[in-house]
Amino acid sequence: MGAPGVDPVIELEIPARAEYVGLVRLVVSSLATARRTLAEDRIDDLKLAVSEACTNAIEAHADVDVDERVILRWSEADDRLQVQIDDRGPGFDPGQLPEHPPVTDPERLNFERGLGIPLIRTLVDEVAFDPSEWGMSVRLVMFCGPADDLDGAA
Amino acid sequence: MDLGLEATTHENGITVLAVRGEVDVYTAPRLREKLVELVSNGKFDIVVDLEAVDFLDSTGLGVLVGGLKRVRSHDGDLSLVCTQQRILKVFEITGLTKVFTIHDSVDAVLPE
Repeated sequence: MGAPGVDPVIELEIPARAEYVGLVRLVVSSLATARRTLAEDRIDDLKLAVSEACTNAIEAHADVDVDERVILRWSEADDRLQVQIDDRGPGFDPGQLPEHPPVTDPERLNFERGLGIPLIRTLVDEVAFDPSEWGMSVRLVMFCGPADDLDGAA
Repeated sequence: MDLGLEATTHENGITVLAVRGEVDVYTAPRLREKLVELVSNGKFDIVVDLEAVDFLDSTGLGVLVGGLKRVRSHDGDLSLVCTQQRILKVFEITGLTKVFTIHDSVDAVLPE
């Protein structure tokens, strides 16, 4: 399922419920700390991006009342890590998201949602939103090498 | 996951809401409820102290935007206290630093 040259390492299935997003953050930051050479602020970026993608997946399941699990796949290559989040929601077109009014416009306060995707795009080095056989597949990539003591093990 | 919410109203009428822990899709509804409760109780000048927040996502941002809208409809204001770079960054990326006044400390908004 991963991109060419990226070997799947770890899969995590979570019930599509809000209380599990915190667990995902813990797992992702622990993996990034243990397995990759990534500065602390970049790990924070990854954690937030994965959290946003999982939140979208969980809300997508709720929208169509699907009880399936959300699946995360952590994979690694020499120059990158990748987290793929697969859901069974109705899918969406990331190019068709409604635009918010400018932040200086008082109307901006009427929009409480829709900040997750712009955040994801800014926080990670590469992102792809693709429809899958069942729902959406979101791939988040950070360029980084393996942790020093994992050289050759990835 | 624990979300701490402690509101204190000061002599100058400002209510400081100290938030502790992680604000995400799971905990943000509690923050929303607290803000709604404060406004219902006539607290229209609110300072949300984010110094003890470890994590804040777009759901949390949305709740703060909703809170600001709510107090503004009563001619009030909702500002923030935040010096943590990891939290400030989320406001910067989304442009919300232009929407919220962000203080360096709670002392800056309290009477001397």
